[in-house]
Amino acid sequence: MSLLEVENLVVEFQTASGPFRAVNGVSLKVNEGEVLAIVGESGSGKSVSMLAAMGLLPWTAKVTADKLQFNGIDLLGMSSSERRRIVGKDIAMIFQEPIASLNPCFTVGFQIEEVLRLHLGLDKAARRARAIELFELVGIPNPAERLSHFPHQMSGGQCQRVMIAIALSCNPKLLIADEPTTALDVTIQKQILDLLMRLQAEHGMGMIIITHNMGVVAETADRVIVQYKGRKIEEADVLSLFESPKSAYTRALLSALPDNATGDRLPTIAEFLSDDQIFAGAVR
Amino acid sequence: MTPVLEARNLVRDYHIPGSLLKRARIVHAVKGVSFAVDQGKTLAIVGESGCGKSTLARIVTMIDPATSGEMLIDGEKVDIARDGLTSEMRRKVQIVFQNPYGTLNPRKKIGDILSEPLIINTRMKADERRDMAMAMLKKVGLEEKHYGRYPHMFSGGQRQRVAIARALMLNPRLLVLDEPVSALDLSVQAQVLNLLADLQDEFQLTYVFISHDLSVVRYIADDVMVMYYGEAVEYGSREEVFSDPKHSYTKTLFAATPRADVDSIKARLARKAA
Repeated sequence: MSLLEVENLVVEFQTASGPFRAVNGVSLKVNEGEVLAIVGESGSGKSVSMLAAMGLLPWTAKVTADKLQFNGIDLLGMSSSERRRIVGKDIAMIFQEPIASLNPCFTVGFQIEEVLRLHLGLDKAARRARAIELFELVGIPNPAERLSHFPHQMSGGQCQRVMIAIALSCNPKLLIADEPTTALDVTIQKQILDLLMRLQAEHGMGMIIITHNMGVVAETADRVIVQYKGRKIEEADVLSLFESPKSAYTRALLSALPDNATGDRLPTIAEFLSDDQIFAGAVR
Repeated sequence: MTPVLEARNLVRDYHIPGSLLKRARIVHAVKGVSFAVDQGKTLAIVGESGCGKSTLARIVTMIDPATSGEMLIDGEKVDIARDGLTSEMRRKVQIVFQNPYGTLNPRKKIGDILSEPLIINTRMKADERRDMAMAMLKKVGLEEKHYGRYPHMFSGGQRQRVAIARALMLNPRLLVLDEPVSALDLSVQAQVLNLLADLQDEFQLTYVFISHDLSVVRYIADDVMVMYYGEAVEYGSREEVFSDPKHSYTKTLFAATPRADVDSIKARLARKAA
């Protein structure tokens, strides 16, 4: 049984000019201990599909799916209070902007202990001990002292480590990382990716990395899904995706990497692909 | 040939005022940086946040004066702290910023955004300004019908084209590009990089290209300077820097850049299987 199973997910937003389909029939599966990367440009619906799975979209969004199961439990039909017991505990998420996703009014210690109190019901001393242990795990120096710091007193990389510590606090089965390193410098990006991959391997977590960076995909993923305008264009294991991409869109995306530039000019997608051509090879 | 831009030992200090509990201190943002860029060439400045690359961009664009050191544009010494800034100097250097969502005034039409530098720095008549803005729109791959539209009607890539068009309105010699493509999608990034290359050929423009993305730098730069804590730790031609990095920080930077080629993926998968 797969950890997360999604079949034919559709997410629509009501707008002034009629419904807008952000995600259009995406199916995916993640197994335990597997790293799945979802790649796409902005507007491809890669974040929205994961937010839908976690039930984090606002009420204006209409989410339908043939199947939306986590560990065999139906996520779509459950009440929000039931879902809250799973989300944050068994499924955890890391967001793009580490500084924006922490509450500036509370210390990082309070924010990590809040999760431990709500989901695990630990007492005060146990919470503190666990928080220190988690900070050590993600490589924050002087963890005991750091607990009383506010987010603004820490750098972006340190804040992302705190976010990872919070996400890992209840030993989740599935970790969703939404552009975890986009806001960070390359050297910090390397540290955070190494940390995530180490923790993933140690805990045998299933992991979904959402990114637009092909380099990040190449460095982390086992399997890759390429999305464009809410649809799944291609799904392949990481090596065959880079070695022999099947869809024209993936080929175009890879050739637009400055690393792969052959002549003076970079090929661009709009120059030789229309939407119809891109969707022609779309998979379910 | 005199270089378009020459910097000799540029230094910039920021004074952080003290308070009741804190002593005043000085931040050395740029610590003595020298470089030269010839006409039609691109110098890329690479470094992490806080390394002083944007401070350097502000000095080169004559927004901030340097604390000490000399800057020469077209062989002429520039010191805005002493002489102020003439519109003639302003016309020589223009800048394009990182975030095209933040740099275009949402309450102005594209045409007005493009005409504004002309109003401030030249005595052109309104119809001349309009003609020039129209022509520039076409040059950067937009259309005349976009003249009367507002920034929110454009995508990120199109906005960056507008920002580039605005920078070119005064026919500058030198264009400072402060992370011009890091906020853009991969395919749009490719379009904007192509546009920059075309414009450089057409107008013989000189670029100072600031970036933290080494793959973009490798593609666009002639010379590369790597900055670390306000110092230029590596400076040389693209081939020199990329094939034989000298400083340990440059090596760290190269090692940290994710590689998207098949061999590295194979190596990683092999490591994982072991």
